[in-house]
Amino acid sequence: MTAALKTTALNKVHRELGARMVPFAGWDMPLHYGSQLREHERTRAVAAMFDVSHMLVLDITGDDARAFLRMLLANDVAKLDADGSALYSCMLNDDGGVLDDLIVYAVRPGFFRAVVNAGTADGDLAWMTAQRNARGYACELRPRRDLAMIAVQGPRARDLAHAACPATRVAENIARFHAAGDEALWVARTGYTGEDGYEVMLPAGDAERWWRALLAAGVTPAGLGARDTLRLEAGMNLYGQDMDVDHTPYEAGLGWTVVMDAQRDFIGKRALASREPRYDFLGILLTDKGVMRAHQTVRTARGAGELTSGGFGPTLNASIGLARVPRGVSPGDAVDVEVRDRALHAQVVRPPFVRNGRVLVHA
Amino acid sequence: MQLPDNLKYTETHEWVRREADGTVTVGITDHAQEQLGDVVFVDMPAAGRVLKKGEEAGVIESVKAAADIYAPVSGEIIDSNAALADAPEKINQAPYETWLFKIKPQDAGEVQNLLDAAGYRKVADADQH
Repeated sequence: MTAALKTTALNKVHRELGARMVPFAGWDMPLHYGSQLREHERTRAVAAMFDVSHMLVLDITGDDARAFLRMLLANDVAKLDADGSALYSCMLNDDGGVLDDLIVYAVRPGFFRAVVNAGTADGDLAWMTAQRNARGYACELRPRRDLAMIAVQGPRARDLAHAACPATRVAENIARFHAAGDEALWVARTGYTGEDGYEVMLPAGDAERWWRALLAAGVTPAGLGARDTLRLEAGMNLYGQDMDVDHTPYEAGLGWTVVMDAQRDFIGKRALASREPRYDFLGILLTDKGVMRAHQTVRTARGAGELTSGGFGPTLNASIGLARVPRGVSPGDAVDVEVRDRALHAQVVRPPFVRNGRVLVHA
Repeated sequence: MQLPDNLKYTETHEWVRREADGTVTVGITDHAQEQLGDVVFVDMPAAGRVLKKGEEAGVIESVKAAADIYAPVSGEIIDSNAALADAPEKINQAPYETWLFKIKPQDAGEVQNLLDAAGYRKVADADQH
């Protein structure tokens, strides 16, 4: 017997807008509202909005909140130098394997907010609670299922958000990868598309009103389909595909998010220090016609690798992917990808493929 | 779901139109394009290729997945739609007006035995994913 799918505060409005709904990580979510290609294009050209309420907002508060997060995460929250600054990090197990990737914000001293993936939320909370208890840190972990989250992304996203939802103006002057507001309305200049914009955490009861105001202002509703093509073009990892508990951050192109220094211990540090990465992680651009998919084999001069993510990049009008490859494979290398029964030509590239609407890689 | 009465259909979601000259024109149904999502790439058989009924003729790649397209009847490929290279989205926009390839059938009986609209409707209704 399967449990019923969870629904966000916007479920009714998605259905009203004609969304094609699909199950995702136990949630009933919009795949698209007619054409995911169109939603992708609108995001890069103007602005689109995504219901990302399925992800979990988790507040970590108390005297030991900072110390706890410095032990818990591979990146170092000591870098969060002011209220509103944000940090992207992996959370590792004792073997250095990735349990999840997340963004953590400094809200105010003794108050941090993390956003974790929907599929891993329950496991993350259980892990964090167990680690806090075992290690004796004095802090509270509060899941905020009273909040919804709407991502507005694109070159005009911030302007349109300010016009449609003036409360977002609290973030008018912040830098990218920062946030403003308070625990009841948190406006973060972050996203999963490679475009400028906001991820807004707001009371679930306000979500529908905000969504309709943004819609009236010309923001295009966009679903999970566009979300995936946008993030892939932006070279952003998807947990469960590009990395998982069996791989370290170094094997997923996320070495840049790990801070190893003598003064700070963190869960997984010892394992990372003693494990040689088995793979490099790079982008693949298909130069023949076709579409690559996750798990297809990449044949390089140094041996076989595997695509962790693959698909079509509408802004590039080409197939792109991310892949685990043998150490030493480099951007510029010519490779073959086994697509269905054929060996198609491709090139290794350094992601991202697209940023701020601009194509960065060429065959 | 659009389902023209004047066409024949297969269980693998192709539509088939019998032309006056005895050839047949093949495309995919509205149900098929909806399941696939936005089409981004199409690989159709070259003219001259001889296929058996049910043999894999080509591939349609959408943002979501790759779907095999099958020869609805045995015969020789006469032509495939070159316009699809630049505008694959036409398959989503107008599935019954966008042809994929044309076949010269070997066996008129095979054409006769294809599903009619009512028969295909049952297939489409049973196919939900």
